Amino acid sequence: MSVKSSVPFNGTAEQEAKLKEVIAKYKDTRGALIPVLHEAQDIYGYLPLEVQVMIAEGLGVTLAEVYGVVTFYTQFSLNPKGKYAIAVCLGTACYVKGSGNIINKIQESLNLEVGGCTPDGKYSLNATRCIGACGLAPVLTVNDEVYGRLTVDDVPGILAKYSD
Amino acid sequence: MDMVNLKINGQPVSVPAGSTVLEAARAAGIEIPTLCYLKDVSQTGSCRMCLVEIKGGRALQAACVYPVAEGIEVQTNTPTVREARKAVLELMLSNHDRKCLTCPRNRNCELQALSDELGVSDIPYEGERNEYNIDEISPSIVRDNNKCVLCRRCVNVCKKVQTVGVIDTMERGFKTKVGCAFEASLGDVDCVNCGQCIAVCPVGALREKDSIQDVWKALASDKHVVVQTAPAVRAAIGEEFGLPMGECTTGKMVAALRRLGFDKVFDTDFGADLTIMEEGTELIHRMQNGGVLPMITSCSPGWVKFCEHNFPDFIPNLSSCKSPHEMFGAVIKSYYAEKAGIDPKNIYTVSVMPCTAKKFEAQRDELAATGTPDVDAVLTTRELAQMIKQSGIQFAKLPDEVFDSPFGDEATGAGVIFGATGGVMEAALRTVADVLTGQSIEHVDYEAVRGLEGVKIASVQVGDKTIRAAVAHGLGNARKLLNSVRSGETQVDFIEIMACPGGCVTGGGQPIVSSRVKMDVNVSAERAKAIYAEDKGLKLRKSHENPYIQKLYDEYLGKPGDHKAHELLHTHYVARPKY
Repeated sequence: MSVKSSVPFNGTAEQEAKLKEVIAKYKDTRGALIPVLHEAQDIYGYLPLEVQVMIAEGLGVTLAEVYGVVTFYTQFSLNPKGKYAIAVCLGTACYVKGSGNIINKIQESLNLEVGGCTPDGKYSLNATRCIGACGLAPVLTVNDEVYGRLTVDDVPGILAKYSD
Repeated sequence: MDMVNLKINGQPVSVPAGSTVLEAARAAGIEIPTLCYLKDVSQTGSCRMCLVEIKGGRALQAACVYPVAEGIEVQTNTPTVREARKAVLELMLSNHDRKCLTCPRNRNCELQALSDELGVSDIPYEGERNEYNIDEISPSIVRDNNKCVLCRRCVNVCKKVQTVGVIDTMERGFKTKVGCAFEASLGDVDCVNCGQCIAVCPVGALREKDSIQDVWKALASDKHVVVQTAPAVRAAIGEEFGLPMGECTTGKMVAALRRLGFDKVFDTDFGADLTIMEEGTELIHRMQNGGVLPMITSCSPGWVKFCEHNFPDFIPNLSSCKSPHEMFGAVIKSYYAEKAGIDPKNIYTVSVMPCTAKKFEAQRDELAATGTPDVDAVLTTRELAQMIKQSGIQFAKLPDEVFDSPFGDEATGAGVIFGATGGVMEAALRTVADVLTGQSIEHVDYEAVRGLEGVKIASVQVGDKTIRAAVAHGLGNARKLLNSVRSGETQVDFIEIMACPGGCVTGGGQPIVSSRVKMDVNVSAERAKAIYAEDKGLKLRKSHENPYIQKLYDEYLGKPGDHKAHELLHTHYVARPKY
């Protein structure tokens, strides 16, 4: 996902020390970029510019190459997860039951792109493949809560629950 | 060398082991179409234009990356091959902005040529089209991804040859595109503006930022418009008008510039001679007074910006000399203005350069000795050719004319060779040798610093002194050399660096040569021949022997390195962030 994060970077010295350890471990390994990105995402939760620069410098590859790899794979994210991570299932069953309209409604309501996070860090929005709850289609989750058999009109009520 | 025997279209071929099928076919005189392949730069097998059949193989193979093997039988011209290549091309064209008529690469486009050769008469695939914003923020380079065919030649030249690496492929599948990290503009990253990406682009996805309109406007105004041309321009501009590569067209170029309406046509060689006076003096001063060594040339603005981003610790090593056209611009707006009785504010200076980085350089705030920019506009060689075409001038039929006095009609060979790798070093050595020995040394051909070796190192005996010289061209080579200087492995006094491989003759603003021609012809070597031939034919071969240079110092500047010379001809640099 190439939506650039508008959430300010809040990395800690502890996280940085951890990342440096990871980079040192892989420094001389060919093809180390992907495992380093995985571990970096585990440390920070996402891969913002600041983290990608540290990786580029540490491994001696260009920032453009790091960014190219990050945007190639969907499991890498340029955005942090929000306090409330919303995931809308766009698997086949949910999609034919109208989850496309639901995700559009959420985007509109929160002024948020798919893959993005609101600047206050409160909400993030992702589209997922089938989450295996087709019987409840269309489905969305907020953190660990599951909401099923939705219509567009349910969206404001759900968002209202997570306004604090 | 181990030879491998194979058959191509039934014809036996013997080539060195490790060759590709494409190379073997070319050795046998068999043409295979290519698009992403570029000799010495890019060999990725990504475009699939060069598909061939290998007997017994399951699928068609990309000839540009398929290694030869003993006994294989290759077919390059079967119905299956022809259909596959054509389908690949049609698919590529289906997502291409096909506005050929208004494209800067119209009639000089490798995609257009393939479309013609493969007989594409219709594009049967109608589907989604990518639409991209054009990146026009950089003062040097424009990127239009609507024209990009994802061949990755620009990525490879930027990352592997230049080791700048500001562009790469991003996203995946249909959304794949070439760009900078985090969607940044080329104008906002550590791009050095060398324009090698433009020189390798097969299509119109990369071009220089247009300055033609500004120059036409100036020519139509009541400003006094002065033009100067770099040495490498004359060695290549003829190619834009069908003249053979390596033909020096100085006289015709001057005639054309006059017909375009420039009030004065000067030769940047004069600026080069001036650079040698200042830089030579600076070198001697540093060597005799324990100054920072090695001193590194500062003529190449792509190199200078590369240094500012990547080797800020070497900034004190950079010569404080402005590049030749900037020096000359400052002289035009001061000395010349005074002599001609023209207010510098009414002078508009245009530099015709083989270079896109000069466009960025001309905008640097510190290069404005008289309060306005030393150089108002920079045209590339290609842009000048375009203006000549727009004017209906028959370039090949023009008579030979000479540059305007008082600056240009007595250029030196030293100034001319600035256009090729090793040229600035050689020109400097010619003058430094005379200054240090107090004699006029007859030997002027410093062969050791010529040629296309990536890094050249030579010890040159000058009187009782040895000058240890190093020359690098292409920023990948520059990086190698500087790392070795940094580690202490290489110890030299004077370094010449040119950002572009081959030097200015193959600069990012020069006429574009197709990948097919580059398979057989070494463009840098051909164009350099023109330059060295001109040098050999000139009466004066040393900068300090240029009578106008002597006059300029006598009448105006004082001695090289003096206060006035410093004010007009020298500059400073800034460390720039990499991210």
